[in-house]
Amino acid sequence: MIRRVILWPPYIWLLILFLLPFALVFKIALSDYAIAIPPYTPTFDWADPSSWGATLGALDFENFQWLLDDPLYYTAYLSSLRIALVATVLALLIGYPMAYAMARAPAHWRPLLMMLVILPFWSSFLIRIYAWIGILSNEGFLNMVLGWVGIPPLSIINTNTAVYIGLVYAYLPFMILPIFASLDRIDPSLLEAAEDLGCSRTEAFWRITVPLSKAGIFAGCFLVFIPVVGEYIVPSLLGGSNTLMIGKVLVEEFFNNRDWTVASAVAVVLLFVLVIPIVLFQRSAERRDAT
Amino acid sequence: MTDDVFAPWNDPGQSPLIRYANVTKKFGEFTAIDNVSIDIFPGEFFALLGPSGCGKTTLMRMLAGFETPTSGIISLGGQDMGNVPPNKRPVNMMFQSYALFPHMNVWDNIAFGLRRDGLPKDQVAARVEEMLRLVQLQKFAKRKPDAISGGQRQRVALARSLAKAPKVLLLDEPLGALDKKLRQETQFELVDIQEKTGTTFMIVTHDQEEAMTVSTRIAVMDEGIIKQIDTPASLYEAPNSRYVADFIGDVNLIEGDWRGDTLHWAEGQTPLAVQSDAPVGKAWLALRPEKIAISKDQAKADNAIPGQVIDIAYLGNLSTYVVEIPGGQKIRAQATNARRLSRRDITWNDTVWLSWTSTAGLVLSE
Ligand SMILES: Nc1ncnc2c1ncn2[C@@H]1O[C@H](COP(=O)(O)OP(=O)(O)O)[C@@H](O)[C@H]1O
Ligand SMILES: [Mg+2]
Repeated sequence: MIRRVILWPPYIWLLILFLLPFALVFKIALSDYAIAIPPYTPTFDWADPSSWGATLGALDFENFQWLLDDPLYYTAYLSSLRIALVATVLALLIGYPMAYAMARAPAHWRPLLMMLVILPFWSSFLIRIYAWIGILSNEGFLNMVLGWVGIPPLSIINTNTAVYIGLVYAYLPFMILPIFASLDRIDPSLLEAAEDLGCSRTEAFWRITVPLSKAGIFAGCFLVFIPVVGEYIVPSLLGGSNTLMIGKVLVEEFFNNRDWTVASAVAVVLLFVLVIPIVLFQRSAERRDAT
Repeated sequence: MTDDVFAPWNDPGQSPLIRYANVTKKFGEFTAIDNVSIDIFPGEFFALLGPSGCGKTTLMRMLAGFETPTSGIISLGGQDMGNVPPNKRPVNMMFQSYALFPHMNVWDNIAFGLRRDGLPKDQVAARVEEMLRLVQLQKFAKRKPDAISGGQRQRVALARSLAKAPKVLLLDEPLGALDKKLRQETQFELVDIQEKTGTTFMIVTHDQEEAMTVSTRIAVMDEGIIKQIDTPASLYEAPNSRYVADFIGDVNLIEGDWRGDTLHWAEGQTPLAVQSDAPVGKAWLALRPEKIAISKDQAKADNAIPGQVIDIAYLGNLSTYVVEIPGGQKIRAQATNARRLSRRDITWNDTVWLSWTSTAGLVLSE
């Protein structure tokens, strides 16, 4: 009995913070747009239970149909997935060597290096992305430095390049930390054993270090990919008008068009788009634990 | 015994397989290995014996190529190993932690080195099967290292390091993680495998019994220096220092003034007669407990000292008597229990005589 009670809090937590909001959003997604407050119909009249049946009967999937009909939405989804994928690969290519260097650094250096990786979290995400506008804008810090060296200015701000820079910058720690953790656990004598058995240093890296840090690579990739798919701040601050990401579309639908019903449909679909990689991640984590 | 016939170190015509020539290794200011020279011959089972931290692993890792000597030369088969990286040395090492690759099964672990040599698939398979048979692990080929026992892991590590048929196999405390019974069984297996494969083995251990059981010769180390290199029997019978005498087996040490034929060890006591050509001066008489006879009456012997029985340790086949002699020193003497317990006449607090011949002990001036 007591054990059951102990299990409740997580479920109650899930119910209040996930399932209830989801149910609300899903209900709005099934409603019709209306010029009213709130801007959709029908609304539940909680005081009159006899009307509930009629209200439920008025719900339909029109908005989801709309998402399929207008190419804007699925291109935005695809574009988000592509941008997230590229950003994840870039973060991996940059993050792995950094994590490797940290794991190989002398023990007394490590706390400092770890600090440097975590330090950005001590300031606001929004402010850090604004700072990148200052660096990347046409009259920004980067072009100023390039000017001193005599290189013609680059126009990076409001392009996908700026979005990638911002995304990789913002999510790099999520790549570095799990990879570092898995590299740090590798017994150094394994590499000596590999060398002893005829591997060069490089070969030992690919045959021993990389496979043994696979768990960290997986975790890092999912920790970057999943939030980046729905990312809103970076594309809207650093991206241009042709940067298409679903988070941006959602906000525009909701606040600019005040179309709560379509915005809710977008959110529901986004959730399902993300549930697939999350489930994959869980599965691979379980498989690793099992072996 | 092989000791009688196999003694290449006594044959000036033989050239060593491994040669450490005046090797010194420093870690910063700390000298881990101090001017060590060793010759090891093909087919030897050579043991490095010494307490923890005396530099055994370091000495071995220099041969494998994981540490570079600060000075001195290590050569293998006459070739200076100075600039040869670990993956190019005809030496394989069995690591103290086994260092099995956790993401590969037993089969792939053993095949790892063979595949790096670019051997064709069928030859790799044949060799791996042969190794699995040698260490009797055929049934476990598909298991991952974390799904087998400690003793089996130890065999996998051995098979993996032997698979490439190295000229020299280095074993760093290979049996350290095994319990006593499994250890003893494995010691004999190691000797067996060493003889079957003809590989030269160099083993690191801090267990003198283990070193005595398996090796042709032992180097006794202390704080980075080699105290003595000899066969197990010679180390036991003719240690060159108190350190070696004490490290190999049990010994009584009686301090005194050595005059060339007698040791004057206490005021008013008969000097002890010993046959030895040790230089005169301050010295110690080293006496193994089993070389001392114990009796109730004064025996007719070269040396006899009276004393009082302080303690008796009954070991089944043997008893060890602790006897306090004039001057307060406690001497251990061992006697076989040929008679039944009830019939034996020596007991606690008895006054007894310890006696031994002039050739029973050694005079050590170091
Ligand atoms: N890489 C290293 N850096 C500094 N000191 C070391 C290093 N490796 C070994 N030592 C020191 O050298 C000494 C000998 O070590 P080791 O060869 O491992 O001893 P053993 O194997 O006999 O226990 C020890 O005092 C150890 O602390
Ligand atoms: Mg050691």
